[in-house]
Amino acid sequence: MSVDQNTVRKVASLARIAITDAEAERLTPELNNILGWVEQLGEVDTSSVEPMTAVIPNTLRLREDVVTEGDQRDAVLANAPQGEHGFFTVPKVVE
Amino acid sequence: MTDVTDLGVAALRDGIRTKAFSAREVADAFIVKVSKAKALNAFIVETPDHAIAAAKAADDAVAAGETLKPLAGVPIGMKDLFCTKGVQTTAASHILEGFVPPYESTVSHHLWEAGAGMLGKLNLDQFAMGSSNETSHFGNVISPWKRGGGDNAPLAPGGSSGGSSTAVSARLCPAATGTDTGGSIRQPAAFTGIAGIKPTYGRCSRWGVVAFASSLDQAGPMAHDVKDCAIMLEAMAGFDPKDATSLNLPVPKWEEGLNPDMRGKKIGIPREYRVDNMPAEIDALWQQGIDWMKDAGAEIVEVSLPHTKYALPAYYIIAPAEASSNLARYDGVRYGLRELPDGANLQEMYAVTRDHGFGDEVKRRILIGTYVLSAGFYDAYYTQAQKVRTLIARDFDRAWLECDYLLTPTAPSAAFALGEKADDPLAMYLNDVFTVPSSLAGLPAMSVPGGLDKNGLPLGLQIIGKPLDEQGVLNAGMAIEQRAGFTARPESWW
Repeated sequence: MSVDQNTVRKVASLARIAITDAEAERLTPELNNILGWVEQLGEVDTSSVEPMTAVIPNTLRLREDVVTEGDQRDAVLANAPQGEHGFFTVPKVVE
Repeated sequence: MTDVTDLGVAALRDGIRTKAFSAREVADAFIVKVSKAKALNAFIVETPDHAIAAAKAADDAVAAGETLKPLAGVPIGMKDLFCTKGVQTTAASHILEGFVPPYESTVSHHLWEAGAGMLGKLNLDQFAMGSSNETSHFGNVISPWKRGGGDNAPLAPGGSSGGSSTAVSARLCPAATGTDTGGSIRQPAAFTGIAGIKPTYGRCSRWGVVAFASSLDQAGPMAHDVKDCAIMLEAMAGFDPKDATSLNLPVPKWEEGLNPDMRGKKIGIPREYRVDNMPAEIDALWQQGIDWMKDAGAEIVEVSLPHTKYALPAYYIIAPAEASSNLARYDGVRYGLRELPDGANLQEMYAVTRDHGFGDEVKRRILIGTYVLSAGFYDAYYTQAQKVRTLIARDFDRAWLECDYLLTPTAPSAAFALGEKADDPLAMYLNDVFTVPSSLAGLPAMSVPGGLDKNGLPLGLQIIGKPLDEQGVLNAGMAIEQRAGFTARPESWW
């Protein structure tokens, strides 16, 4: 499989990264080079192998369904590029 | 009088306890060294007040005759991937420039609880993505080492923990934190002639550590020697209910358990690690390591890890895939950079913010990760890589039936010059060929200095151990360290 410039542009838009046509042109052979190299994994017979889900056997813990750290509004908003009335603000999304 | 900045963690701790010097003298001496080492670009932010406050607490405890905390008065460097309360944390990125966490990472919290002070936040490859420290938004870290013979080319300190390796190697701090996703503690330690250990996945909490690839990321210490690594790791490790992958196990007393006697131990030499075109010096160092292990009483056995060659390609699917997901949180809404061109809508704000906020290597990995996780390709790439990962882990499980530890070189070469591999991502990725397989299997592994190459640059040997056997890894590392007698230091030019 190899990617063309349109695919690179599509992937960039899925990744929410703006790229110029020049960048798409530069990135296409770079990504192809890397993807071509990882494709050697296809040689490995994995028909009877489960994909790894946990690297060290460990069971997922559950905690009590209670608030552990509440009342942190100011701390949560402290690094927001823009906030108002105790909320994060973003450009208008609903007309 | 001794120059305290030559001393490691154990010597500083003990000297403060026995009143050979005060913690304040120690902090002041390191603060001066840090302030004079700008040319190395190892620190993004210096925090002398933090180190002085910890020193004062230690000196007060000494004066009051109290029992000292394990790291009382020891100032350290903190990789700028660990969130530190009230101190800018950037992961060496533009997108997090100016981010001041209102919370403390669990690992840094543990270190302050143990009495350590912070000299500053250390530079790294942006979001820990890189093997040379050429991807930081704050400029390259320069290794304190130079090739001999008047060659003044600035060298890579390794990566991603290159600020940490440089700072420890240049004696700007006695120890530093690192994080290791595919070798980011071990390779920089090898490049700069220091020791570093990545513990078993889950030993150190990842809570409050800026995430790169969550199934691989693991914190660990970098220090002058094995004993100092053991002391630091003891302070850093431990169960954390806030990290779902944290192992609920007690922290062993690794320093107390140190024992370099290898009698009765079997050291495995993986035959697949004899890669093509390996420099003769690396091969010779490996043989030297084998001889040292025999001298320490170990038996050497050849073992096979048949899927070794697939580890790097699997890693370069899994790590970018997880990174693309983890880095989705940087979108200009809750923290960090926001770029909002006139009239831009929300989607455009995300896209422009992330374009300006991420460096080229980070974007490259996000794009690869997004591609391999996208509909139609997920199974061919990601699921296949996770299956291969299972096979790699099984290779190690089989090897443990035949041996106790594995001995390999840490990196396929000594430090390269900055810029030498910057234009070829694949060549850069191949530098992690010996460290990535054990990362994929979550195993503890460490690098210790083994010797110098023909240009006078440090080379490292790697010990890989069974899950949770940090003690064994440290012990084997110490056996090598004692025989290598590595005392080389970079000449101070900065």
